[in-house]
Amino acid sequence: MSILLTKNTKVLVQGITGGEGSFHARQMLDYNTNLVAGVTPGKGGQMFDDKVPVFNTVAEAAEQTGANASVIFVPPPFAADAIMEAADAGMELIVCITEGIPAKDMVDVYEFISTKNTHLVGPNCPGVISPGIGKMGIMPGFIHQEGHVGVISRSGTLTYEAVGQLSSRNIGQSTCIGIGGDPVIGTKFIDALKLFKDDDDTHAVVMIGEIGGTAEEEAAAWIKENFNKPVVSFIAGQTAPPGRRMGHAGAIISGGKGTATEKMKALEDAGIHVCKSPADIGATMEKALKK
Amino acid sequence: MKIHEYQAKEILRKYNVPVPEGFVAFTVDEAVEVAKKLPTEVAVVKAQIHAGGRGKGGGVKIAKNINEVKDLAGKILGMNLVTHQTGPEGKMVKKLLIEQGIDIERELYLGMVLDRTNSRFAMMASTEGGMEIEKVAAETPEKILKVWVDPRVGLQGYQARQLAFGLGLEGKQVSNAVKFMLALYKAFMANDASLAEINPLVVTKQGDVLALDAKINFDDSAMFRHKDLLELRDLDEEDPLEVEASKFNLNYIKLDGNVGCMVNGAGLAMATMDIIKITGGEPANFLDVGGGANVETVRNGFKIILADPNVKAILINIFGGIVRCDRVAQGVIEAVKTIDVNVPIVIRLAGTNHEEAAVMLKESGMNFTVAADLQDAAIKVVNELKN
Repeated sequence: MSILLTKNTKVLVQGITGGEGSFHARQMLDYNTNLVAGVTPGKGGQMFDDKVPVFNTVAEAAEQTGANASVIFVPPPFAADAIMEAADAGMELIVCITEGIPAKDMVDVYEFISTKNTHLVGPNCPGVISPGIGKMGIMPGFIHQEGHVGVISRSGTLTYEAVGQLSSRNIGQSTCIGIGGDPVIGTKFIDALKLFKDDDDTHAVVMIGEIGGTAEEEAAAWIKENFNKPVVSFIAGQTAPPGRRMGHAGAIISGGKGTATEKMKALEDAGIHVCKSPADIGATMEKALKK
Repeated sequence: MKIHEYQAKEILRKYNVPVPEGFVAFTVDEAVEVAKKLPTEVAVVKAQIHAGGRGKGGGVKIAKNINEVKDLAGKILGMNLVTHQTGPEGKMVKKLLIEQGIDIERELYLGMVLDRTNSRFAMMASTEGGMEIEKVAAETPEKILKVWVDPRVGLQGYQARQLAFGLGLEGKQVSNAVKFMLALYKAFMANDASLAEINPLVVTKQGDVLALDAKINFDDSAMFRHKDLLELRDLDEEDPLEVEASKFNLNYIKLDGNVGCMVNGAGLAMATMDIIKITGGEPANFLDVGGGANVETVRNGFKIILADPNVKAILINIFGGIVRCDRVAQGVIEAVKTIDVNVPIVIRLAGTNHEEAAVMLKESGMNFTVAADLQDAAIKVVNELKN
């Protein structure tokens, strides 16, 4: 079993004819993802790699193919529009990979989708993968393994690192969600944790945070009250200087807030297994599962 | 992106946010010239650097007359201003803002930020003007008033009134403050700001409300639609190596340690810094070479890292997902051939084709240390320091 991306998910790719979109659409097909359609305005009627029909609009693609989820590879100036188009066309899951969308655009998008029945993951994220079922995003499929640990992370390659540590110990994953490194994201830690809570096939969760904002502290408080499965956590940026943006738009310690120390303390107080070292994520989960 | 106070005030002026009259000056003569144009004989001489805490550091002084302007401008221009935000090395003052004197009745705080928890912009006000707002938030959070902006309709008059009355303003002070806030909101949104701080926001003896100081940061992601704002960037205020790295599209931040690191992905780059520290080393930098680590990015990465004389060893940590490790290894080998790398290099490559990559590195005849995993890499690079 899995969350968000399940056996019933029919995927379309917005921006399928672009460089990134086409490359990753092929990778998703190779991973046996149920990819049913592509959307590029003006290129409707074409076939992508002789197997995937391309449409001008998401609404048309949904109507013709029954697609119910979209993964977006659209450049930053047009990405907010693409998310809203997907939400308006009834996509239940929208994964936005695009990095560099203006925060103001995302504030508008967040408001817009709050009136729709949809889950937005990202932007600025590696996407969602349910091993054995499919992937919507840019993560390497082969490092994953089917299993029962959920992964939620603000990062890309650091998530691969964590997954690699799990798989090398034969600890498989139910679903891995890269929630994104931006200040405004659709699915926050708590949203993802709620889904994992209700998923009987997820037995434990790895939560990878980083400096900036207070999402980890909020998640810690929520976990303490509501979540009984073991949680293993790592916070990146223990050595990051204040006031500097560390790559991700959202990774900044500002006004003394958002430090790794504060986050680690909040997580520990909530009974979460906090790894100080990023090399200990797999081993810590192995121990937590044996308890 | 950060800008200077005088630039922030020019933007505010365009949106009818009341600010004191003032002019930028790059020399003592210019300072005297512009001071003559002010409506008051008293003038304020303000050092223009990006860091806060200028007043405490001696970078903001009041001149009673033109002679004092000349005197103070001479002292502040060229001074090495040290504040709690510049670090002990300080910052050289290259320009001044010369402003009219103001009859201050009250000093307040007004700010606007993105509230990440609510995914909305928030306007904040406090009676504790002139104080560091972080300190107020930590010690007396009840003194910070906050309203959240509904993006469908923007900041409303009633919200501004709520803040104005909350600050204890009266009579025409209230309507002036409301006008100020609505104008600030417009300026903020129209320019894709990420932070605006008016600290202090002052109420004059005449009941006027104006921005005595102004700080505006912009959302880097939105600068593609604000080419005019990009011209306000002041490279003097940035680390020269970071400026150089940004030309190569590399995300580099200089730190104080001696282990240079080159990593793909921001989260993994931070985690690599962390594990270096935990293992007993000190990271010299943050460097994210991005998803497509090829010969060119690796070579540029080396150049930037090695330009820092403190670097005694380099750790390369790449988790190859879509990017293949053998390609990265090839890139490292090519890059090292063309530039003189005189410090030990520890390489950890994981993911696609990492075994082939390890063989390539070993057979290159170059002096690389290949690490098996993240922990091994950290141990090996810290050991190199001891040798």
